[in-house]
Amino acid sequence: MSSDEDEGWVPFSRRPGWSDVVPIPQDDGPNPVVPIAYRDEFRETMDYFRAVYFANERSYRSLQLTSEAIKINPGNYTVWHFRRLIIDSLNVDLWEELEYVDEIASSNSKNYQIWHHRRWLAEKLGTGSANKELEFTKKILALDAKNYHAWSHRQWVLQAFGGWEDELDYCCQLLDDDIFNNSAWNQRYFVITRSPLLGGLQGTRESEGRYAVEAILKNPENESPWRYLRGLYKGDPDLLVGASLVSEVCLKVLQTSHNCIFALCLLLDLLSHGLQPCTELRTAVQRLSSEMELPDASLPGTVCSILERMDPMRSNYWAWRRSNLPCQAS
Amino acid sequence: MEAGELEAEKHVRFILAVEKVLSSLERSRPLFLRLLLLPLSNQPSVDSQRKDDFEALAMEHLRMNGAYWGLTTLYLLHRLDAVDLDEVVSWVLECQHESGGFAGNIGHDPHILYTLSAVQVLALLDKLDVLDADKVSNYVARLQNEDGSFSGDEWGEIDTRFSYCAICCLSILHHLDKINVEKAVNYIVSCKNLDGGFGCTPGAESHAGQIFCCIGALAITGSLNHVDKDLLGWWLCERQVKSGGLNGRPEKLPDVCYSWWVLSSLIIIDRVHWIDKNKLARFILDCQDKENGGISDRPDDAVDVFHTYFGVAGLSLLEYPGIKAIDPAYALPVDTVNKIFFGRLIVRTWRS
Ligand SMILES: [Zn+2]
Repeated sequence: MSSDEDEGWVPFSRRPGWSDVVPIPQDDGPNPVVPIAYRDEFRETMDYFRAVYFANERSYRSLQLTSEAIKINPGNYTVWHFRRLIIDSLNVDLWEELEYVDEIASSNSKNYQIWHHRRWLAEKLGTGSANKELEFTKKILALDAKNYHAWSHRQWVLQAFGGWEDELDYCCQLLDDDIFNNSAWNQRYFVITRSPLLGGLQGTRESEGRYAVEAILKNPENESPWRYLRGLYKGDPDLLVGASLVSEVCLKVLQTSHNCIFALCLLLDLLSHGLQPCTELRTAVQRLSSEMELPDASLPGTVCSILERMDPMRSNYWAWRRSNLPCQAS
Repeated sequence: MEAGELEAEKHVRFILAVEKVLSSLERSRPLFLRLLLLPLSNQPSVDSQRKDDFEALAMEHLRMNGAYWGLTTLYLLHRLDAVDLDEVVSWVLECQHESGGFAGNIGHDPHILYTLSAVQVLALLDKLDVLDADKVSNYVARLQNEDGSFSGDEWGEIDTRFSYCAICCLSILHHLDKINVEKAVNYIVSCKNLDGGFGCTPGAESHAGQIFCCIGALAITGSLNHVDKDLLGWWLCERQVKSGGLNGRPEKLPDVCYSWWVLSSLIIIDRVHWIDKNKLARFILDCQDKENGGISDRPDDAVDVFHTYFGVAGLSLLEYPGIKAIDPAYALPVDTVNKIFFGRLIVRTWRS
């Protein structure tokens, strides 16, 4: 809480418009405790809030009071509830209310209440609020590109009101800024699977496959594009095994990079699903294996041994993968 | 794991001290009256409390969660005796709204998050019989939507967290029959992602906290057959980073609270051996304030009750010596869960 803005704060007890209200302190209970001087403002604001809340006074001064209470503690959900009741009763201009949320949101962008309030407003305003909501989430995501609330609000707006046209470009832009941003990868998948304009997985698989491969080759240690690539073939292992672009990216990474855990892992999946590996793939795996002085084994078995060695923290997982290989492969 | 590295007694004192500060700030009743019996030297000095004071005030509306975190930690550390149980029970009941739901504190509005915490606290204290279970369950059941999802309160925010709260709460109260379980399960399954994880709504990014909620709810309803256990298990074990800690999403920093969310999920789907448990225990122990008690999100950060609970609960799941066992789905001590379901088979399905 910044204190400089608070310096002009006038206690409610000295405000002319509030002389008729008797503040209600929090229940004292059986143990009187020494009063603490700290944050009198907080206490007094909440005492007056309780007074209007219990009296169910839905007035403009109550609305103003909830603004002050929210400023002090935006997490207090009861204050937000009451604010919505007041807005409904007084028919407050909802666009103005959106402006108000704009003002406080950037410094409280991880607060559940603010996003919930925003959604409530947008629902009431309907399709007309779509652009404003997309812009608003953009603004928040510019500050924190992984803000979970902002993404979930944005997805809701797209599904409720539309606005898909520029969404894939927006994902590209965020991934250009940070190719490791898993939220942006997730949004990308959301767009290609749910946008009414793109033809679903079938319509996008090829171009998206190339996009993912390019991202992988730049940063083979980046978990997200590897999962994205798999996701393009979700539920269809034959299609995955048959896609030359998939086995090729594994090979390229094995040949050129030290960070090849995800490449080996995908290769393992391909082999388990019946891929007949080309000579180059065999050679690349063999090279790693001999560098590590591993004993001879089948190709999938060797991949598991390499992974156990490269990724000791998850050695049990890789050992389990080995024990699960189809008989002819192990 | 070596016993004796956990500063259990200091954590107990930290929790009791925080609770006292909270009570005095709110000018409400100190729940943990016995703290007053502790020697003064163990109570935080007024100066070092200033910053905490404000945080405590800002926490006023979610005190029910705080009570659950604090009391469960005390239970796991064998120190629930430090608390005046009758005082807690009467405070919890005062937070109940006429609708049957519970608020985060006296005078606030009811919400499903606090309703679950209230039911968990009463279960923990073995006082569920003070509740009108029908009334509470009806409140929860009314929050189910047509598509099977749950809202958090009458204002309608939807999130798989609330599905978990509803299902866990109704299961503890033996009233799952009041909702459409099949629809509830289908909604959760619709939030499954390409990586095997779950988000807050369909299409939302996988997040370890949401995964815990979804897996916990599916476990309680006996619906784990909908989970791609191997795929999800791999994603979850990829959350372990070099320091041994766990993060909640790719490329995020490790955080003690994920020890709970990731670990409990891994245990429920029977894949916990896929991570390095010793390294994780080391990470949690390194997040202790060894002098004044409490556990933080990462080594050398400021401690709080939330992370103290998740740290201790995580160590419990790792079978750290001297800590009571906690159930990964109900987030309650195993003793408590056994008591609730004595003679019932449902809780046994994911524990061997
Ligand atoms: Zn945390």
